Amino acid sequence: MMTNELQYLSILPELILTIFGMLIMVLDPLMADRASRKPMGWLAFVGTLAALGATFYQGTHPVAGTAFFGMVRTDAFSIFFHVVVIVIAALAILSSLDYLETQGIRSGEYYGLILLGTVGMGLLSSAMELVMLFIALEISSISTYILAGYRRRVAASAESSIKYFLLGSFATAFFLYGVALIYGATGSTNITAISQALHNNHISSLTYLALVLMFVGMGFKVAVTPFHVWTPDVYEGAPAPVVALMSTGPKAAAFALMLRVLFGSFGELSQWWLPLIWISAALSMTIGNVGALLQNNVKRMLAYSSIAHAGYLLVAFAAGQDMGIAAAIFYTATYAAMNVGAFAVVSHFASRGERYVSIDDYAGLGRRSPVLAITLTIFMLSLIGIPLTGGFFAKFYVFSAALKSNLVWLTIIGLVNSAIAAYYYLRLIVVMYMKEGDDSVTLVPVPVATAAALLIAAGLTIYLGVMPGGVLGYALLGAQDLMR
Amino acid sequence: MIHQALFFIFAAICVAGALNLLLQKHPISSALSLIVVMGSLALLYLLLGAQFVAAIQIIVYAGAIMVLFVFVIMLLNAGIEEHTEGSRIAVYFGVPAVAALVGMVLYVLLKTSHIEYQVQLGGFVKPTRDVAMLLFREYLLPFEVTSVLILIAIMGAVVLARREP
Repeated sequence: MMTNELQYLSILPELILTIFGMLIMVLDPLMADRASRKPMGWLAFVGTLAALGATFYQGTHPVAGTAFFGMVRTDAFSIFFHVVVIVIAALAILSSLDYLETQGIRSGEYYGLILLGTVGMGLLSSAMELVMLFIALEISSISTYILAGYRRRVAASAESSIKYFLLGSFATAFFLYGVALIYGATGSTNITAISQALHNNHISSLTYLALVLMFVGMGFKVAVTPFHVWTPDVYEGAPAPVVALMSTGPKAAAFALMLRVLFGSFGELSQWWLPLIWISAALSMTIGNVGALLQNNVKRMLAYSSIAHAGYLLVAFAAGQDMGIAAAIFYTATYAAMNVGAFAVVSHFASRGERYVSIDDYAGLGRRSPVLAITLTIFMLSLIGIPLTGGFFAKFYVFSAALKSNLVWLTIIGLVNSAIAAYYYLRLIVVMYMKEGDDSVTLVPVPVATAAALLIAAGLTIYLGVMPGGVLGYALLGAQDLMR
Repeated sequence: MIHQALFFIFAAICVAGALNLLLQKHPISSALSLIVVMGSLALLYLLLGAQFVAAIQIIVYAGAIMVLFVFVIMLLNAGIEEHTEGSRIAVYFGVPAVAALVGMVLYVLLKTSHIEYQVQLGGFVKPTRDVAMLLFREYLLPFEVTSVLILIAIMGAVVLARREP
């Protein structure tokens, strides 16, 4: 048991994010109605920096261990995911600053919702109790439902928000039912206690039902087949910077939850849930990539691509062991860097009312704005998995872990899919460089904040592709902490 | 014995109310069926011995939340629901899917008639103080974090309902 002061250190990033979120909520009404909300955005950005600092403090000081009666645990696993979700939030805020101006959205709460949502995402990676995990999941989901509906004058945005809300609540209900049943089967909602109960006692069939129900809920949150149907519509309607956030942040956090539940609690039953993961991974990769081939809207294409990437990530789940889990953790970080970057470009390029989101609109971008085209090319190459980008090592670690666990067929399906995926990512690059542009597509210079977001995202993508050792090493520590 | 009889009576009423909620075409009738569901659930909790949860169920769900539902339905002036092509497809696929799920749950529950952590009817009698002790000690953090959740919901309601300048 820790002393009280140390206990608060274990939720320090969350405390800071909450304080900044509430500060924005209080300050926003003081601003004039028509005033730009950029100061609120910068304040939120400062909040994420402070939270990032707090996370690094946790990493360098001995605050590791459980706190608040075993509700949360600070370890390499939680710290890794905290860094990932906080950086995602910071980049999403940076790319929102000018986007909101362009779209004429004047609302400081937007930034408050991002910060408070990040509280939920952070807690999802450190919570050790299913009750706590459920509340954290709801925080991260509900804030995203609201953010998805922020383009108030656009019907597609309302559709996106409502669709996400209804289907999301439905999925959470499945998760909650699973939690209730596992409590009935083992007498506990603590991750470690459940694992011990399953290890020591006879496993009742209630446990299997609970596992399946929880898998449905979590599968929806990470958008893997067959729970992916909502993704394209929701991503198409939601504001582009929000998609940057929701396709990476809540997803990374939901993957942390999935790792925690599957390996932390149900490790004993891994032989049993492995086929579920196998099928889901194979279907997600195939349906995601084939779906993406058919799209002309960049946001929809990236939505299908995100389903495919969730599939690759599940391959790492199927591989299991320390190496597979580390590969999964590494993949979430890499995917976050490249996908946030890609959506930051989309947010900037879309212009007022998100007019330019079809692939043909990108024609001639290579000539008209070389810098923007090169950054988007980096993200696309990384999404394909070309060497020197993070995407390469992410895929490399996933598939080598899969081969080590003798998942030959799954690896083959994955590699074939990566080849298919190359087509639609390259198509965008070809359109940018080889096709003559239409000058009716207006192009404004990249504002400072967006440029910073793009620079950081591209830098991280290349850093992970050139020197993945350090991050992978920490991911491996996280994997070991998870299995402890 | 009387406990068991009461349990089955209220369980039947609860399920009937839930089915009626789905089958009714008018939103107000559905909302009123929901009250039946909430009320009979509260009685089931009471039969288990959880008086506090039963009281909360009545006050919060059957009381506050239902009033909100009815208000929203009245404010929106919601009429009888319309059936589209889509809802017919949903019926064809949804009903078998629900039947399969219910069948699966029933099968598992009947198979596990004997598990370690079973609660007997009336076997859960704990004073409310125990609930408070749990809530403000072991579950303090989730309790506090719930306020963030509620804050987000309030902010969302304000943001989405605000008049555009």
